[in-house]
Amino acid sequence: MAYAETGFNLEIDLTRGNIERVATDPKLTRLYLGGLGTNSKILWDRVPPEVEPFSPENLLIFGTGLLVGTPAPGCNRTIVSTISPQTGLMAYSMMGGFWAPELKYAGYDKVIFRGKSPKLIYIWINNDKVEIRDASHLQGKGAVETQELIKKELKDPNVQVAAIGLAGENRVFTASIEQGRSSASRLGIGAVMGDKGIKAIAVRGTKDLNIAKPAEYMKLCSEVLKYISDREEKPVPGVMPILAGLGSPQEMLHTDEKWHTENFSWGNSRTRRKEFWTKEIEEKWTATQEGARTRLISCYNCPMKCGAIISLPGMSTYMMKCFSKLTYNMAAFVDDLEFGFRIAQRATEYGVDGFSTPQIMAFAVELHEAGILTDQDFEGCPTDNEGKFYWLLDRIVRREGIGDILADGTHWAALKIGKGAEAYAHNNVKKHEQLPLKLGMLNPVYFLMYSTGEKSNITQIEGQFPQSPFPTMEEREEFVKDWVHVPDEKFKQYLLDWELRGEKSNPYYPTVDMSVDIVDWQEKMHYIDDGLGMCAGLSSFPLKPPYHIHNYPLFISAATGMDMDEAELSLAAKRSRTLLRAFNIRRGLTRADEKPPEDHWKKRFPELEEQLLDAYYKFKGWNKQGIPTKETLDELGMDFVSKDLEQRGFLSYE
Amino acid sequence: MSKKTVKIIKIDVDKCNGCRACEMICSAFHASPKYSSNNPQRSRVRVIRDPLNDVYLPVYAGEYTPSECKGRDKYVIDGKEYDECSFCRASCPSRDLFKEPDSGLPLKCDMCEDEEEPLCVTWCLAKALTYEEREEEREEEPQLGEIETGLEALVNRHGLQKVMDTVARLSKKG
Repeated sequence: MAYAETGFNLEIDLTRGNIERVATDPKLTRLYLGGLGTNSKILWDRVPPEVEPFSPENLLIFGTGLLVGTPAPGCNRTIVSTISPQTGLMAYSMMGGFWAPELKYAGYDKVIFRGKSPKLIYIWINNDKVEIRDASHLQGKGAVETQELIKKELKDPNVQVAAIGLAGENRVFTASIEQGRSSASRLGIGAVMGDKGIKAIAVRGTKDLNIAKPAEYMKLCSEVLKYISDREEKPVPGVMPILAGLGSPQEMLHTDEKWHTENFSWGNSRTRRKEFWTKEIEEKWTATQEGARTRLISCYNCPMKCGAIISLPGMSTYMMKCFSKLTYNMAAFVDDLEFGFRIAQRATEYGVDGFSTPQIMAFAVELHEAGILTDQDFEGCPTDNEGKFYWLLDRIVRREGIGDILADGTHWAALKIGKGAEAYAHNNVKKHEQLPLKLGMLNPVYFLMYSTGEKSNITQIEGQFPQSPFPTMEEREEFVKDWVHVPDEKFKQYLLDWELRGEKSNPYYPTVDMSVDIVDWQEKMHYIDDGLGMCAGLSSFPLKPPYHIHNYPLFISAATGMDMDEAELSLAAKRSRTLLRAFNIRRGLTRADEKPPEDHWKKRFPELEEQLLDAYYKFKGWNKQGIPTKETLDELGMDFVSKDLEQRGFLSYE
Repeated sequence: MSKKTVKIIKIDVDKCNGCRACEMICSAFHASPKYSSNNPQRSRVRVIRDPLNDVYLPVYAGEYTPSECKGRDKYVIDGKEYDECSFCRASCPSRDLFKEPDSGLPLKCDMCEDEEEPLCVTWCLAKALTYEEREEEREEEPQLGEIETGLEALVNRHGLQKVMDTVARLSKKG
């Protein structure tokens, strides 16, 4: 009997219309966990580097994490992996919600798509019965609308549907996959889904999911639940409200946006408005948010309420979470929060990434102002900021006129537009738009995470370690008192010694080696979460979360019956991280790509930055080019990788 | 008159965040062995969810009924329409709620018998589900002593199996 996992994947060949239920290799679970780890293994084995994102040979994998659907609170993530049309590297966007547990209850760990459907279809997975169904009647429908239409068509409100909107159908590089209150948004995976002709995947499952050591596992889960309940009563003092508690940043709950609106940049990630948050704005925005928000809502088996139902007169209801509340307002320079809620409704139905898309529009507006894009490009565009954004959103999603160029994201659009447009695509890492954050002094830990993170998205790399030092020793001592999460006691000392100013402050403290340690810990936790399907909001992202490196091995052992200790779990995370790196190296990633946006910090330290990269690569067992060495790969039992890299000539130079 | 403890789960639908932890823990608790599996379809509490219409309604499994209702009701509360059968606890032929997925046998909430409180309540950190107990007076039930004595005599004479078969046959005719 399989435990925690179902032991089966669905393989769907869209070109031939063939569907197979395939048993998985249980050995891989020990080596890579599940979710992202085994997704990456499949992509490595089956997608050679010549394969283009929009080729039928590209795979689109919907993977559930190893512990998804078990009683572990907050373990509900779907990890979608494919080749990103925007970066050409592996994309692994994730979503919470209800889809992944439902797939487990239907009896599958993953759905793996290959080929392309000749016409628009949707997939209906109902336990053992799996069908490819015509979706021509859903063409052009909104991503939220589609989910509702399919539930009605199948006459079952308990069906969980992941769908794309018009943006995915039109292969917009920022197209998302939407599901309930969640979405897998980053890196254009919705475009790959659209390219394959899949409008939606509907799932219904009514099977049991088994646990190897039931009493032990339930005890662990109950402890986590209790911890969450207690931790919610004890926000971490001295940090932003949204970073003090657990969960994804509580944007739907909190109305105080002084920090975001005054510290993040407006427009095309350019302007800080330090006096923005006035009493008048605060009152107005609070009223708008409380008026629009019908209810705070959760993902499957999670007590956190990170999402909200948003309902405003004259438009259909939708669900929202996190920072997309502000991205449209700030990019468009609009001071009325209602605009943000309204345009996000249209954007959610279209199915676009709420981080990248507003920045693309702000980039276009700036290019127009600079005369690089012309009045002809903007023919028919309203002159007010709100109108401009609605108009641009429609053009991009439909790939009409200038929208067709912008739909590929700022990097590729700038190359096509030319005339110096490249300088305006200034907020990217590896061709992917980043949070609009511009700061003063280089932070060595964040430098490494921005530069080397395979996800190219800081929120999926950072966490655990405070973003800045606590001003007083008393605060630091108080903080480390119950900091049981550290993998090693030395991390407490790093924090105790970290000062706001002086010798032991950024950029030279934490030191190069300490920075590498801290980054290694932070990203390790994300790789574990992404393998288990745990929401980062209860683990790798917040300070002092319920799950950590010391209790995770107990969870895995009790759920699966496979004994695993901290060392072996760390090794599995390392294997997963190294495989992703090797996959991207094989697709052309180089050291030269590993850098933050040029203007992310005003004060940069080229020599120190090189040292940081060198030390990080060395720590990881990679060479100076950031390529895993033969020794490292062989030690991890990944000689299938070293052989391949060797054959392709990647291991021949230092 | 005698006293009895009435166990009550108070449901505050405005507080429900729709996470379905109640379904998960209910099905895990009632698995055999306990917690060895979970499957919301086996749960004796289900959240009737229609997020876009802001409908979040935990409903508990009550008695089994072999026949459907003659008529159905739709409730409109605070402008929100609740589907027919939404508030009904019955395991009945008109819907696939509260039935074992394999056998179709009806499910019924037992308030997690031996636990301090029903586990759906423990797992609902949103406090949409809370637990109360109330003492209630009720009329004495008729003494079954007489029937028991009679049956005992029959069992002694004919054996338990025969008596059971006869009762089963009689009840079918009934």
